[in-house]
Amino acid sequence: MSVEKEVVKFENVWAYYNSHPALQDINLAIHDRDFLGIIGPNGGGKTTLLKIILGLLKPRRGKVTVLGKDPCESRSQIGYVPQKSFFDKNFPIDVWQVTLMGLYSQTGLFRRYSCEDKKKAEEALDRVSMLKYRNRQIGELSGGQQKRVFIARALASDPKLLLLDEPMESVDPKVQGELYGLLKELQQEMAIVLVSHDVTAVSIYVDEIACLNQTLVYHGPKEISDEVLEGTYQCPIHLIAHGTIPHRVLKEHQ
Amino acid sequence: MFDIFGYHFMQNAMLAGLLASIACGIIGAYVVSKKIVFISGGIAHASFGGIGIGYFLGINPVLGATGFGLISAIAMGLTTRRTKLPEDTVIGILWATGMALGAIFISLTPGYTTNLFSYLFGNILTVPDSELLLILVLDILIFAVVALLYKEFLAVSFDEEYSTVIGMPTEKIYLTMLCLIALTIVVMIRVVGIILVIALLTIPASLARQFTNDMKKLMALSVLFSAIFTFTGLMLSYWFDLASGATIIVTGVVIFALVIAIRKLLSSRGLPSQKM
Repeated sequence: MSVEKEVVKFENVWAYYNSHPALQDINLAIHDRDFLGIIGPNGGGKTTLLKIILGLLKPRRGKVTVLGKDPCESRSQIGYVPQKSFFDKNFPIDVWQVTLMGLYSQTGLFRRYSCEDKKKAEEALDRVSMLKYRNRQIGELSGGQQKRVFIARALASDPKLLLLDEPMESVDPKVQGELYGLLKELQQEMAIVLVSHDVTAVSIYVDEIACLNQTLVYHGPKEISDEVLEGTYQCPIHLIAHGTIPHRVLKEHQ
Repeated sequence: MFDIFGYHFMQNAMLAGLLASIACGIIGAYVVSKKIVFISGGIAHASFGGIGIGYFLGINPVLGATGFGLISAIAMGLTTRRTKLPEDTVIGILWATGMALGAIFISLTPGYTTNLFSYLFGNILTVPDSELLLILVLDILIFAVVALLYKEFLAVSFDEEYSTVIGMPTEKIYLTMLCLIALTIVVMIRVVGIILVIALLTIPASLARQFTNDMKKLMALSVLFSAIFTFTGLMLSYWFDLASGATIIVTGVVIFALVIAIRKLLSSRGLPSQKM
């Protein structure tokens, strides 16, 4: 395995939303094949963080690099899976057309999708086991299947980083497990960052967890062994879980 | 029975209807899918202000309407995106402003007073040859732009947030779409009137939507349905001596309602509704 490469690097990053600080002095390093879950309350800066990684927002202070470059320049190497709720389920579009959309950054304005583009889209759909649904209208699929299609769209451009915004929202636990299985497979080839306000959605599959509420507190992978010792966590959460469901408890923020 | 095709004005009316159907069918597919019927209605009524100014200044009213239509399209697109004003509020304001300005300028114009009613419902029976050419040019323009920006229009209509994230100039593409809608409306106003433009943009496309989930097929079917509506409507208006534009609309609505009812009946009997 090659030397770990930094996919995303935040150095003392500050960002503001309407003169309110949305992010305060964020330091973050995401390496190749990391699987990071960022949790935090709504309004805690998750969206701002994602926008900065995608180069849609410039931080007020600090330095951000994605794949060693300015985020804008690396955007084509980031696969993005948006929150489910933003599209019209009745829109006349099939799975195939949705997937092709992911290739825009490589195809470019005015151009038609090439044969090579179509092959990539086909491969991406195959990887998420959705190729047989290619001619189905997007709204006819189940929530989990739709999520898979949106993951395929993100994968079509061969990203080095996969960003998922609330991926487990309104997906039942069985399907969540399947999706995590899929992400775990994808992790062999890329870094994955998952953002959620719902702590229960961040499963044991996620290697590292960071809590974001203006400031970022990072919980490394080794913490799992400490979990029984640590009885408190600082993120204001209310978690109910049955004993049989694997769960973890994070260290107190210092 | 088909002696009506012997009249030159009827030939022109049919041809105008057919050419208008091409533009309205293609653009209507986007208007219905992206749910911007009301924005289109707003642009249509706002461009009436341009017609009034055109008359007042003594220039071709279509020219005035074009300027006004394009400006209001861009204004609507930008204010709804860049300010916190709700979209329907902006539409309402521009809608009313355009109509009011149109009425004022027409009343200020000395001598020849235009019939406002003819702009609401148009007069497809008095389409001159030059106007046919104008619609043909519009059809070609729409076809070219849609062919060039097909995947962009599709992406922006379906999922604007994602389109922005992957680096598409989303706002410019959306404004281009609104400008195409404005051009379609403006060219059609003289021919079929403000109300019929809205009807031809919405009814054929929403009917076509019942049969397909594919954007290209949706466009083709919309053009076909639009042509059927105008053709049938024109025949009926001739035979029963009714206002042509209004008859076309009512024809479309009746066919639309019938198709929906039949499909409902079939699906309640357990027959699957197959889409193309």
